[in-house]
Amino acid sequence: MSNIAKAFENGKAFIPFITCGDPDLETTAKCVVEMQKAGASLVELGIPFSDPTAEGPVIMEASLRALEAGCTTDKVFEMVRKLRTELGVTIPMVFMTYANVVFSYGIERFCQKSSEVGIDGFILPDVPYEEKAEFDSVCKQYGIDLISLIAPTSHERISMIAKEASGFIYIVSSLGVTGVRSNITTDIPSLCAAVKSSTDVPCAIGFGISTPEQAANMSKSADGVIVGSAIVKIVAQYGKDAPEQVGAYVKSMVDAIK
Amino acid sequence: MPDSKGRFGIHGGQYIPETLMNAVIELEEAYNHYKNDPEFNKELTELLNEYAGRPSNLYYAEKMTKDLGGAKIYLKREDLNHTGSHKINNVLGQALLAKKMGKTRLIAETGAGQHGVATATAAALFGMECVVFMGKVDCERQALNVYRMKLLGADVVPVTSGTATLKDAVSECMREWTTRIDDTHYCLGSVMGPHPFPTIVRDFQAVISRESKAQMLEKEGRLPDYVLACCGGGSNAIGSFYHYIENKEVNLIGCEAAGRGIDTFETAATINTGKLGIFHGMKSYFCQDEYGQIAPVYSISAGLDYPGIGPEHAMLHDTGRAQYVAVTDDEAVNAFEYLSRMEGIIPAIESAHAVAHAIKLAPTLPKDKIMVITISGRGDKDCAAIARYRGENINE
Repeated sequence: MSNIAKAFENGKAFIPFITCGDPDLETTAKCVVEMQKAGASLVELGIPFSDPTAEGPVIMEASLRALEAGCTTDKVFEMVRKLRTELGVTIPMVFMTYANVVFSYGIERFCQKSSEVGIDGFILPDVPYEEKAEFDSVCKQYGIDLISLIAPTSHERISMIAKEASGFIYIVSSLGVTGVRSNITTDIPSLCAAVKSSTDVPCAIGFGISTPEQAANMSKSADGVIVGSAIVKIVAQYGKDAPEQVGAYVKSMVDAIK
Repeated sequence: MPDSKGRFGIHGGQYIPETLMNAVIELEEAYNHYKNDPEFNKELTELLNEYAGRPSNLYYAEKMTKDLGGAKIYLKREDLNHTGSHKINNVLGQALLAKKMGKTRLIAETGAGQHGVATATAAALFGMECVVFMGKVDCERQALNVYRMKLLGADVVPVTSGTATLKDAVSECMREWTTRIDDTHYCLGSVMGPHPFPTIVRDFQAVISRESKAQMLEKEGRLPDYVLACCGGGSNAIGSFYHYIENKEVNLIGCEAAGRGIDTFETAATINTGKLGIFHGMKSYFCQDEYGQIAPVYSISAGLDYPGIGPEHAMLHDTGRAQYVAVTDDEAVNAFEYLSRMEGIIPAIESAHAVAHAIKLAPTLPKDKIMVITISGRGDKDCAAIARYRGENINE
């Protein structure tokens, strides 16, 4: 059984995202520790990419800040190693990044290093079902789940994608890019039901979720709720003082979905 | 299980968010249907001939030939097309396709503004809504084209993210497309992006070599020895090469923008300085750092200022069928001025990159060799920038 499954064993999972290296990796590491303390079930670590085409302005700007501050893939691996060996983080962690970050590092080398430092899965938004074999075949050798994404436009593709999914399924709540939305108009219950009719793999919803009310609402249909931009905004606002704020926010979201 | 589609050797594919997958599948199905539809092709040919002014001339540049003293030089005059560049060939095809698909809105990226102007033109003609994304830096260096697009009824959105140039305009278009798919067609301007775009754009641009091959046979009774075209994403280059690929004796040369030189960081010469990667929906060569971060490229030419190259070019490079050379800003500006004075033809600064390589190559060849240079666009849009490059300030 994949380690990621543990995240879904105790009720609804809250899954926070953070852009690694914004403002620096020490702050990122402290935020992850706070997230675990606050009850997060799984953490998504964003490895910054120069041209993140699936991101809205909040995560895009955080990625550029992180890169300018000197964040690299190797430094992120070191941070993860530290989280696992020194800082007591035991909840599952996945990398969220873009195909070229993995490809340019060498898919094999990237998977090997990820598994060695204690990463459980990858989310690659620019690797759809049709292109996943090149990555997934290597991921499987290293016990890493390549997370499948399902969008409101997936329609008849849902069962094909869901049947091969592992870890969890990332349900994209809305059209467009990541970012806070006041209103999510997709028929989430139907989308989740369609996914669940094809697989037993847990599903979590992300894109546009920021308030405890939205999270509570989403968790009625899905097994977990993913929040990115709202957290990245807190980090942008508080900088090195963000960990405590991030912890408090995660706690409010965890409470909302329990 | 569906395989990765749209491969050119190892290059190409569909590296895009799941949200867009059904959109590109729908596009592929529509294209496969209409490309063999006599009615569609009749309409497109009529548009190309009656509206865009095709076929474009294959002009014997006699003065230039004599001046350089080597190969006989012909210019394929895409600059004479309506809107002033080869971009209209692809845009009319895609806009017609989009209309058949029931789309009412076109979005497009643009670098120099030539593709944006062509898209705005087609949108005006077909009564479609049009939004063009253009890097803020490019909006400034190509202000005339921004005005033209607005005049044609398009919204021009200046893109401020990243390097605020062509790659960022492409990224912003992809973001916009994921937001609004139902009524919107992304009218991609080059032979890049996810499948089926590299194939669609190539097929629509292949009219260049289809014509030049026939024109050459008529004028010279044989095929040329060299075909030169400038190459950013590579749409005019693939259009210029395509029907010659099967004729192995024809040398195909793509001219990349070296900017301040391929040994500097201020370059956009992808084949000459890039490495294999995955970006903007495709596997191909990209200018990038050791961690795969896309490099901030530079060229005086806003249209060649792109860190990648189309996947079919990447394959032609791998197989050695085409050669890709690098041309600096300085060489391109010299060629811009040279062609203006020598033949009375002001080429786009993009096309001047191909002219620059011809100036180097032609004198080394015997007089019985024949060379075709694609003049992909006209240079009116570049006059202010070239004047600035020469230290002269003209107010447009």
